[in-house]
Amino acid sequence: MTALPYASGDADPYRASHERGSHQGGHAAGHGHGGLAFKRVVTGYGFWIFLLSDIIMFSAFFAAYAVLVDQTAGGPTGKDLFDLNNAAIETALLLASSFTCGLASIAAEHSVKGWFYAAMAVTGLLGAGFLVLEAMEFASFVAQGAGPTRSAFLSAFFTLVGCHGLHVSAGILWLLTMMAQVFAKGFRADIERRILCFALFWHALDIIWVALFTVVYLM
Amino acid sequence: MSDGFNTVPGDDEADAGSVAGAVQTYLIGLGLAVLLTATSFYIASTNLVWAPSIPVALVVLAIAQMGVHLVFFLHITTGPENTNNVMALFFGVLIVFLVIGGSLWIMAHLNQNMIPMDQLMQMQR
Repeated sequence: MTALPYASGDADPYRASHERGSHQGGHAAGHGHGGLAFKRVVTGYGFWIFLLSDIIMFSAFFAAYAVLVDQTAGGPTGKDLFDLNNAAIETALLLASSFTCGLASIAAEHSVKGWFYAAMAVTGLLGAGFLVLEAMEFASFVAQGAGPTRSAFLSAFFTLVGCHGLHVSAGILWLLTMMAQVFAKGFRADIERRILCFALFWHALDIIWVALFTVVYLM
Repeated sequence: MSDGFNTVPGDDEADAGSVAGAVQTYLIGLGLAVLLTATSFYIASTNLVWAPSIPVALVVLAIAQMGVHLVFFLHITTGPENTNNVMALFFGVLIVFLVIGGSLWIMAHLNQNMIPMDQLMQMQR
């Protein structure tokens, strides 16, 4: 750790890549990233574990929703409130954004800035459109007197769908951060790893939305 | 690439280096996902399907679509280099089923064994 350890932006305090690199021999070189391939694996795996724990947290909200879905306290039921067209458009926006997010990670892999910015911008806009539709839906429910305080069913609905919406909001902030980081620092190895984690996060949000529109809007 | 435990979720090993191949993977995933989503929404809003089978069909379609997302977008496959990711996924799925299934099971039995709420209210008067 003498000569500019952080100069390359790839400081590795645990020396994981070096140890692994020596055991694995020429494998890492096969990735074309030198000894850094292993670090990418460790980062991705760690973030995957986080995503699974996030999904487990969502499963608790899903369980609460499933238990409380009939407890409407004489208020409106899901069938009275939900607009399937709205849910379908939201689903389409999120699915398209997942696809463009995939294009962005391909562009990042090949270090093509123009495509990366374009794909990320489209991803962000689609995500923002999703959030606008969801906010309008929430506002119309509250205006009809079907806010989260109306019944246990609506509390569970707003918690579950709102929690997903908060994740999408956080994802859009992260997306803008990644665009700024690529703009300021270029496709450095550490930035590439952050883009990888962001892409995983965004795709995972879409997986949760699949469960959500099935359980909440369709069933 | 086959010496195990070295694939990142999100990395597309098969198409590494080929932009067209990578884009194609996402396109196939998108096509399948659109197909499954459209089927879900169609089944939920039509009378053509026997009504009691609709929830089952929706669950099957949703699980299939999650599989499509995992394989084509997150690149979680059954290949030997993906073992760690798949094992973590299975553990996550186990916990999800325990939390959701367990909650539904317990709460259904609890409801069955409880005095109905209106009678309970009258007893308190």
